[in-house]
Amino acid sequence: MIRIVVNSLSELGRRVIAGVGRLGRAALFLGRLAPSLGVSLTRFRLIIQQLYMTGVLTFVIILVSGAFVGMILALQGYNTLVRYDAQSSLGLLVALSLTRELGPVLAALLFAGRAGSALTAEIGLMKATEQLAGMEMMAVDPLTRVVAPRFWAGWMAVPLLAMIFSAIGILGAYVVAVGDLGLDGGVFWSQMQSGVSVTNDILGGLIKSVVFGFVVSWIAVFEGYDAHPTSEGVSRATTRTVVSSSLAILGLDFIMTAFMLRGL
Amino acid sequence: MKGMEFGVGLFVVAGLLALAMLALKVGNIHVLNDGASYSVTADFNNIGSLKPKAPVTVAGVRVGQVARIAVDPISYRAIVTLDISKRYKFPRDSSASIVTAGLLGEQYVSLSPGGSEHDLKNGGKIRITQSAIILEQIISQLLYRKAGHS
Repeated sequence: MIRIVVNSLSELGRRVIAGVGRLGRAALFLGRLAPSLGVSLTRFRLIIQQLYMTGVLTFVIILVSGAFVGMILALQGYNTLVRYDAQSSLGLLVALSLTRELGPVLAALLFAGRAGSALTAEIGLMKATEQLAGMEMMAVDPLTRVVAPRFWAGWMAVPLLAMIFSAIGILGAYVVAVGDLGLDGGVFWSQMQSGVSVTNDILGGLIKSVVFGFVVSWIAVFEGYDAHPTSEGVSRATTRTVVSSSLAILGLDFIMTAFMLRGL
Repeated sequence: MKGMEFGVGLFVVAGLLALAMLALKVGNIHVLNDGASYSVTADFNNIGSLKPKAPVTVAGVRVGQVARIAVDPISYRAIVTLDISKRYKFPRDSSASIVTAGLLGEQYVSLSPGGSEHDLKNGGKIRITQSAIILEQIISQLLYRKAGHS
């Protein structure tokens, strides 16, 4: 009996220590990456290349899901608001939900699934096939040449994608609200404009997406760089990227929302 | 290579355009920015749930917005500062009332122009005001009157 308790407690302890150790390795990795981040800005062409791989190729999925999320919000919101005869606030409801929460969060989640996993797999495979070691042999720093441009590109892409997501979502909601549900277009926009604050809501959403972009890119490049150089290791690292970035996005979102709504 | 650069350029422009649309069309930064407005104050006994940025209208047309709401420390009345677009001039004896859009809609300030020859100036004051209608007060008055009759 005591043996079981001791064993399960030490198992728990082992996992916590491993988790904290991993967090520490990720922080150390970020510290090692920091000087390379500055250097890689001088070779902007590499960043543009990665911006294409991460941002532009995620563009379509963001457009489609943004439009659908906006249209769903309009239908759902209308269904609730019409009971209180407050349909005129539909535009405000959709705009606040999208700019504050759904735009940054969903764009970051989609980005983690579409581009973050690809970043991890690419870097992990480079490590498994010893391309990174080969670069070091040729005195090319793989952190500067491979990791830093991908990190920059991911960090830049997420805020842009989040803004596109919110804008397209609002347009989608407009199409449903005015075209299908028969609301007045002028009321839709004017309620939105009187209720959405640029500094609080839109800037708040932008700050959130910048943080998400940083965290998702960090996790993706770290997992790739840290992967076991086997095919199984790369597949595990890819899964971990998606799982831990999704959890990190939602957890950080809760913390930031709590701070933003209470006005820090 | 050229196609890729074009794609990235398009992507960045789309992102910035989306941000601009959010700032200009969804939030109303242009109303704050144009600066072509003058402010007048109006005292109310009760403003209900009027909030800053609520619209100021004349005959239902938006001409400005509520800038600030404060309380007079001596008379305990609410001082509402209205930013009105410079394009519109109002006589000095205009009146302001707080009305509600729909039963549960937002509250806004409605101006009714008076007949004076002098116009309201920046920093001027609207003297004739009508407070917000508080639904609970009307209901309780109605109930008391009913009780008085029986």
